[in-house]
Amino acid sequence: MKVPVDLHIHSCLSPCADDDMTPCNIAGMAALAGIGVYAVTDHNTARNLSACLMAARNAGLDMLPGIEVTSREETHCLCYFPTVECALEFGELTYASLANITNKPRLFGNQIVMDTEDNQIGTIPKLLIQSTQMTLAEINAAVRKCGGLAVPAHINRGANGLLQSLGFLPESPRFAALEVSPNAPAPLCDLRGYHILNSSDAHRLDALLEPAQYLELPEASAAGLFELLRLWDRDR
Amino acid sequence: MLITLRRLMDGLSLELLTPGADMTREVTAGYCCDLLSWVLAHGAPGVAWITVQTHMNVVAVATLQDMACVILPENISPEADALAKASEEGVAVFRSAMNAYELSGKMWEMGLMSAERS
Repeated sequence: MKVPVDLHIHSCLSPCADDDMTPCNIAGMAALAGIGVYAVTDHNTARNLSACLMAARNAGLDMLPGIEVTSREETHCLCYFPTVECALEFGELTYASLANITNKPRLFGNQIVMDTEDNQIGTIPKLLIQSTQMTLAEINAAVRKCGGLAVPAHINRGANGLLQSLGFLPESPRFAALEVSPNAPAPLCDLRGYHILNSSDAHRLDALLEPAQYLELPEASAAGLFELLRLWDRDR
Repeated sequence: MLITLRRLMDGLSLELLTPGADMTREVTAGYCCDLLSWVLAHGAPGVAWITVQTHMNVVAVATLQDMACVILPENISPEADALAKASEEGVAVFRSAMNAYELSGKMWEMGLMSAERS
Protein backbone atom coordinates (compact mmCIF):
# COMPACT_ATOMS: atom_id res chain seq x y z
CA MET A 1 0.00 0.00 0.00
CA LYS A 2 1.06 3.60 -0.61
CA VAL A 3 1.53 5.17 2.80
CA PRO A 4 1.55 8.97 3.22
CA VAL A 5 4.58 9.90 5.31
CA ASP A 6 6.67 12.80 6.54
CA LEU A 7 10.03 11.79 7.95
CA HIS A 8 11.45 15.09 9.12
CA ILE A 9 9.46 17.06 11.71
CA HIS A 10 10.77 19.20 14.59
CA SER A 11 9.01 19.38 17.93
CA CYS A 12 9.11 22.29 20.37
CA LEU A 13 12.32 20.82 21.78
CA SER A 14 14.21 22.11 18.74
CA PRO A 15 14.90 25.78 19.52
CA CYS A 16 14.24 26.80 15.93
CA ALA A 17 10.76 25.17 15.93
CA ASP A 18 7.61 26.95 17.09
CA ASP A 19 6.55 26.34 20.70
CA ASP A 20 3.21 25.00 19.46
CA MET A 21 4.94 22.05 17.76
CA THR A 22 3.81 19.98 20.73
CA PRO A 23 3.43 16.19 20.65
CA CYS A 24 -0.40 16.40 20.45
CA ASN A 25 -0.45 19.28 17.95
CA ILE A 26 1.92 17.46 15.61
CA ALA A 27 -0.17 14.30 15.87
CA GLY A 28 -3.39 16.27 15.31
CA MET A 29 -2.04 18.08 12.26
CA ALA A 30 -0.60 14.87 10.83
CA ALA A 31 -3.98 13.16 11.25
CA LEU A 32 -5.76 16.06 9.49
CA ALA A 33 -3.18 16.01 6.68
CA GLY A 34 -3.75 12.29 6.19
CA ILE A 35 -0.18 11.38 7.17
CA GLY A 36 -0.02 7.76 8.31
CA VAL A 37 3.50 7.57 9.69
CA TYR A 38 5.82 10.40 10.58
CA ALA A 39 9.21 10.89 12.15
CA VAL A 40 9.99 13.46 14.81
CA THR A 41 13.61 14.50 14.42
CA ASP A 42 14.80 17.14 16.86
CA HIS A 43 18.30 18.57 16.70
CA ASN A 44 20.79 16.38 18.56
CA THR A 45 18.35 15.02 21.13
CA ALA A 46 15.74 12.28 21.54
CA ARG A 47 14.13 13.65 24.68
CA ASN A 48 10.69 14.41 23.21
CA LEU A 49 10.34 11.15 21.31
CA SER A 50 8.50 9.05 23.86
CA ALA A 51 5.81 11.75 24.36
CA CYS A 52 5.54 12.21 20.58
CA LEU A 53 5.19 8.46 20.02
CA MET A 54 2.37 8.21 22.57
CA ALA A 55 0.62 11.24 21.04
CA ALA A 56 0.90 9.69 17.58
CA ARG A 57 -0.59 6.39 18.80
CA ASN A 58 -3.39 8.21 20.62
CA ALA A 59 -4.26 9.83 17.28
CA GLY A 60 -4.29 6.44 15.55
CA LEU A 61 -0.98 7.09 13.77
CA ASP A 62 2.53 5.75 14.12
CA MET A 63 5.84 7.53 14.66
CA LEU A 64 9.35 6.55 13.65
CA PRO A 65 11.88 7.75 16.26
CA GLY A 66 14.53 10.05 14.82
CA ILE A 67 17.20 12.63 15.61
CA GLU A 68 18.72 15.23 13.31
CA VAL A 69 22.40 15.30 14.19
CA THR A 70 24.78 18.09 13.18
CA SER A 71 28.12 16.67 12.12
CA ARG A 72 31.48 18.30 12.65
CA GLU A 73 31.38 19.28 8.98
CA GLU A 74 28.19 21.26 9.79
CA THR A 75 26.12 18.81 7.79
CA HIS A 76 22.71 17.79 9.09
CA CYS A 77 22.16 14.04 9.19
CA LEU A 78 18.86 12.35 10.02
CA CYS A 79 19.15 9.23 12.15
CA TYR A 80 16.21 6.81 12.35
CA PHE A 81 15.73 4.08 14.95
CA PRO A 82 13.52 1.01 15.40
CA THR A 83 12.67 2.04 18.97
CA VAL A 84 12.68 5.15 21.17
CA GLU A 85 15.14 3.35 23.48
CA CYS A 86 17.69 3.05 20.64
CA ALA A 87 17.18 6.72 19.84
CA LEU A 88 17.65 7.73 23.49
CA GLU A 89 20.89 5.74 23.64
CA PHE A 90 22.22 7.51 20.55
CA GLY A 91 20.85 10.84 21.78
CA GLU A 92 23.04 10.58 24.88
CA LEU A 93 26.09 10.35 22.59
CA THR A 94 25.12 13.33 20.47
CA TYR A 95 24.17 15.49 23.45
CA ALA A 96 27.45 14.68 25.20
CA SER A 97 29.28 15.59 22.00
CA LEU A 98 27.86 19.14 22.00
CA ALA A 99 30.03 21.92 23.43
CA ASN A 100 28.90 23.23 26.81
CA ILE A 101 27.11 26.30 25.43
CA THR A 102 23.93 27.27 27.24
CA ASN A 103 20.87 28.05 25.15
CA LYS A 104 19.73 31.67 25.13
CA PRO A 105 16.01 31.27 24.39
CA ARG A 106 15.70 34.95 23.39
CA LEU A 107 18.18 34.36 20.56
CA PHE A 108 17.62 30.76 19.58
CA GLY A 109 14.19 29.81 20.91
CA ASN A 110 12.89 27.51 23.63
CA GLN A 111 13.92 23.89 24.09
CA ILE A 112 10.82 22.42 25.69
CA VAL A 113 10.50 18.83 26.92
CA MET A 114 6.86 17.68 27.06
CA ASP A 115 4.79 14.83 28.34
CA THR A 116 2.11 13.00 26.37
CA GLU A 117 -0.55 15.58 27.31
CA ASP A 118 1.46 18.58 26.07
CA ASN A 119 2.51 19.65 29.55
CA GLN A 120 5.96 21.15 29.80
CA ILE A 121 8.04 18.89 32.05
CA GLY A 122 11.40 20.57 31.55
CA THR A 123 13.82 22.33 29.29
CA ILE A 124 17.21 21.32 27.96
CA PRO A 125 20.04 23.65 29.04
CA LYS A 126 22.69 23.06 26.36
CA LEU A 127 22.13 24.76 23.02
CA LEU A 128 20.91 22.03 20.67
CA ILE A 129 21.58 23.75 17.35
CA GLN A 130 25.35 23.51 17.33
CA SER A 131 27.69 20.99 15.77
CA THR A 132 28.62 17.80 17.54
CA GLN A 133 32.25 16.75 17.45
CA MET A 134 31.31 13.69 15.39
CA THR A 135 32.20 13.46 11.71
CA LEU A 136 29.61 12.19 9.25
CA ALA A 137 31.44 8.87 9.08
CA GLU A 138 31.47 8.59 12.87
CA ILE A 139 27.76 9.40 13.02
CA ASN A 140 27.01 6.78 10.40
CA ALA A 141 28.96 4.15 12.34
CA ALA A 142 27.61 5.13 15.77
CA VAL A 143 23.99 5.21 14.64
CA ARG A 144 24.35 1.69 13.22
CA LYS A 145 25.84 0.51 16.51
CA CYS A 146 22.66 1.75 18.22
CA GLY A 147 20.53 -0.17 15.71
CA GLY A 148 19.63 2.84 13.57
CA LEU A 149 20.28 4.15 10.07
CA ALA A 150 21.60 7.49 8.85
CA VAL A 151 20.20 9.67 6.07
CA PRO A 152 21.91 13.00 5.29
CA ALA A 153 19.26 15.74 5.45
CA HIS A 154 18.29 18.23 2.73
CA ILE A 155 21.54 17.58 0.88
CA ASN A 156 20.66 20.22 -1.73
CA ARG A 157 19.92 23.01 0.75
CA GLY A 158 22.27 25.95 1.21
CA ALA A 159 22.54 25.87 4.98
CA ASN A 160 23.82 22.61 6.50
CA GLY A 161 23.23 20.51 3.39
CA LEU A 162 25.89 17.92 2.58
CA LEU A 163 26.50 19.23 -0.94
CA GLN A 164 27.11 22.73 0.35
CA SER A 165 29.46 21.81 3.18
CA LEU A 166 31.30 18.97 1.42
CA GLY A 167 31.05 20.10 -2.20
CA PHE A 168 29.90 16.74 -3.54
CA LEU A 169 28.59 13.38 -2.38
CA PRO A 170 31.47 11.33 -0.93
CA GLU A 171 31.88 7.70 -1.95
CA SER A 172 31.98 6.64 1.69
CA PRO A 173 30.43 6.17 4.12
CA ARG A 174 27.36 4.50 2.64
CA PHE A 175 24.17 5.93 4.05
CA ALA A 176 20.75 4.25 4.02
CA ALA A 177 19.24 6.95 1.77
CA LEU A 178 19.44 10.67 1.05
CA GLU A 179 16.93 13.38 1.86
CA VAL A 180 16.42 15.92 -0.93
CA SER A 181 14.58 19.12 -0.04
CA PRO A 182 11.70 20.08 -2.32
CA ASN A 183 12.32 23.71 -1.27
CA ALA A 184 15.80 24.04 -2.80
CA PRO A 185 17.16 23.62 -6.34
CA ALA A 186 17.35 19.96 -7.39
CA PRO A 187 20.85 18.48 -6.96
CA LEU A 188 22.70 18.32 -10.27
CA CYS A 189 25.29 15.76 -9.21
CA ASP A 190 25.16 11.98 -9.47
CA LEU A 191 23.26 10.67 -6.44
CA ARG A 192 25.06 7.32 -6.64
CA GLY A 193 21.91 5.26 -6.89
CA TYR A 194 20.59 6.24 -3.47
CA HIS A 195 16.91 6.07 -2.65
CA ILE A 196 15.55 9.54 -1.98
CA LEU A 197 13.35 10.83 0.83
CA ASN A 198 11.41 14.08 0.48
CA SER A 199 10.21 15.47 3.79
CA SER A 200 8.80 18.73 5.07
CA ASP A 201 11.48 19.60 7.68
CA ALA A 202 8.51 21.19 9.43
CA HIS A 203 9.29 23.72 12.16
CA ARG A 204 5.72 25.12 12.18
CA LEU A 205 2.32 23.48 12.23
CA ASP A 206 1.31 25.00 8.89
CA ALA A 207 4.13 23.06 7.21
CA LEU A 208 2.11 19.91 7.93
CA LEU A 209 -0.82 20.52 5.61
CA GLU A 210 -0.17 17.48 3.41
CA PRO A 211 1.97 14.35 3.29
CA ALA A 212 5.52 15.02 2.13
CA GLN A 213 5.86 11.71 0.31
CA TYR A 214 4.09 8.40 -0.36
CA LEU A 215 6.05 5.21 0.22
CA GLU A 216 5.12 1.65 -0.72
CA LEU A 217 4.89 -0.30 2.54
CA PRO A 218 3.27 -3.55 3.62
CA GLU A 219 1.38 -1.58 6.30
CA ALA A 220 1.20 1.93 7.69
CA SER A 221 3.59 1.40 10.58
CA ALA A 222 6.92 2.75 11.78
CA ALA A 223 8.24 -0.81 11.84
CA GLY A 224 7.34 -1.23 8.18
CA LEU A 225 8.98 2.08 7.38
CA PHE A 226 12.18 1.20 9.20
CA GLU A 227 12.22 -2.15 7.41
CA LEU A 228 12.01 -0.31 4.07
CA LEU A 229 15.00 1.84 5.07
CA ARG A 230 16.87 -1.34 5.99
CA LEU A 231 16.03 -2.81 2.59
CA TRP A 232 17.24 0.36 0.85
CA ASP A 233 20.40 0.20 2.91
CA ARG A 234 21.08 -3.39 1.85
CA ASP A 235 20.01 -2.65 -1.71
CA ARG A 236 23.00 -0.48 -2.37
CA MET B 1 61.50 35.34 -4.47
CA LEU B 2 59.94 31.99 -5.14
CA ILE B 3 57.94 30.61 -2.22
CA THR B 4 58.14 26.84 -2.06
CA LEU B 5 56.34 24.53 0.33
CA ARG B 6 59.66 24.19 2.18
CA ARG B 7 59.89 27.95 2.66
CA LEU B 8 56.25 28.17 3.70
CA MET B 9 56.69 25.36 6.22
CA ASP B 10 59.86 26.87 7.72
CA GLY B 11 58.50 30.41 7.69
CA LEU B 12 55.29 29.51 9.50
CA SER B 13 56.65 26.60 11.58
CA LEU B 14 54.09 24.25 10.06
CA GLU B 15 53.92 20.58 10.88
CA LEU B 16 53.98 18.40 7.74
CA LEU B 17 51.46 15.54 8.00
CA THR B 18 52.20 13.98 4.59
CA PRO B 19 55.93 13.14 4.74
CA GLY B 20 56.37 12.19 1.09
CA ALA B 21 55.17 15.54 -0.29
CA ASP B 22 57.24 17.43 -2.88
CA MET B 23 58.59 20.36 -0.90
CA THR B 24 59.93 22.14 -3.97
CA ARG B 25 56.37 22.84 -5.16
CA GLU B 26 55.76 26.55 -5.66
CA VAL B 27 53.03 28.32 -3.67
CA THR B 28 51.57 31.22 -5.65
CA ALA B 29 48.84 32.56 -3.36
CA GLY B 30 46.79 31.94 -0.23
CA TYR B 31 43.12 31.05 0.20
CA CYS B 32 40.87 30.54 3.20
CA CYS B 33 37.35 29.02 3.19
CA ASP B 34 35.51 26.09 4.82
CA LEU B 35 32.52 25.50 2.56
CA LEU B 36 33.81 22.98 0.06
CA SER B 37 31.15 23.82 -2.53
CA TRP B 38 32.42 27.40 -2.41
CA VAL B 39 36.05 26.34 -2.73
CA LEU B 40 35.17 24.18 -5.74
CA ALA B 41 33.81 27.29 -7.43
CA HIS B 42 36.38 29.84 -6.26
CA GLY B 43 39.62 28.01 -5.46
CA ALA B 44 42.68 28.38 -7.67
CA PRO B 45 45.74 26.37 -8.69
CA GLY B 46 48.92 26.86 -6.69
CA VAL B 47 47.27 28.24 -3.54
CA ALA B 48 47.96 27.28 0.04
CA TRP B 49 44.41 26.60 1.30
CA ILE B 50 43.55 27.07 4.98
CA THR B 51 40.48 25.11 6.14
CA VAL B 52 39.09 23.60 9.32
CA GLN B 53 37.35 20.90 7.28
CA THR B 54 39.10 17.54 7.61
CA HIS B 55 36.81 15.41 5.48
CA MET B 56 38.17 13.27 2.67
CA ASN B 57 36.54 15.65 0.18
CA VAL B 58 39.14 18.30 1.11
CA VAL B 59 41.77 16.18 -0.63
CA ALA B 60 39.58 15.78 -3.70
CA VAL B 61 38.97 19.52 -3.93
CA ALA B 62 42.67 20.34 -3.47
CA THR B 63 43.60 17.80 -6.17
CA LEU B 64 40.94 19.01 -8.54
CA GLN B 65 42.10 22.60 -8.17
CA ASP B 66 45.78 21.62 -8.31
CA MET B 67 46.40 23.49 -5.07
CA ALA B 68 49.88 23.64 -3.58
CA CYS B 69 48.83 22.45 -0.14
CA VAL B 70 46.21 22.32 2.60
CA ILE B 71 46.85 23.92 6.00
CA LEU B 72 44.77 22.87 9.01
CA PRO B 73 44.70 25.62 11.63
CA GLU B 74 44.33 25.41 15.43
CA ASN B 75 46.05 22.02 15.66
CA ILE B 76 43.13 20.19 14.08
CA SER B 77 43.73 16.53 13.31
CA PRO B 78 42.66 15.28 9.90
CA GLU B 79 40.65 12.10 9.45
CA ALA B 80 42.96 9.13 8.90
CA ASP B 81 41.48 8.14 5.54
CA ALA B 82 41.76 11.72 4.30
CA LEU B 83 45.43 11.82 5.23
CA ALA B 84 46.08 8.49 3.51
CA LYS B 85 44.35 9.77 0.39
CA ALA B 86 46.37 13.00 0.50
CA SER B 87 49.63 11.05 0.60
CA GLU B 88 48.43 8.88 -2.26
CA GLU B 89 47.45 11.92 -4.35
CA GLY B 90 50.60 13.86 -3.46
CA VAL B 91 48.70 16.63 -1.70
CA ALA B 92 50.78 18.25 1.03
CA VAL B 93 48.85 18.67 4.28
CA PHE B 94 50.21 20.85 7.08
CA ARG B 95 49.02 21.60 10.57
CA SER B 96 49.52 24.76 12.60
CA ALA B 97 48.74 25.96 16.11
CA MET B 98 47.75 29.34 14.65
CA ASN B 99 44.18 30.07 13.65
CA ALA B 100 43.14 30.88 10.08
CA TYR B 101 43.35 34.63 10.66
CA GLU B 102 46.86 34.49 12.08
CA LEU B 103 48.03 32.15 9.33
CA SER B 104 46.58 34.43 6.66
CA GLY B 105 48.34 37.44 8.17
CA LYS B 106 51.70 35.66 8.34
CA MET B 107 51.34 34.39 4.80
CA TRP B 108 50.52 37.87 3.54
CA GLU B 109 53.65 39.17 5.32
CA MET B 110 55.66 36.49 3.50
CA GLY B 111 54.44 37.93 0.22
CA LEU B 112 51.62 35.52 -0.52
CA MET B 113 48.65 37.48 -1.84
CA SER B 114 45.29 36.28 -3.19
CA ALA B 115 45.12 34.45 -6.47
CA GLU B 116 43.88 36.53 -9.38
CA ARG B 117 40.13 36.25 -9.60
CA SER B 118 38.93 34.88 -12.87
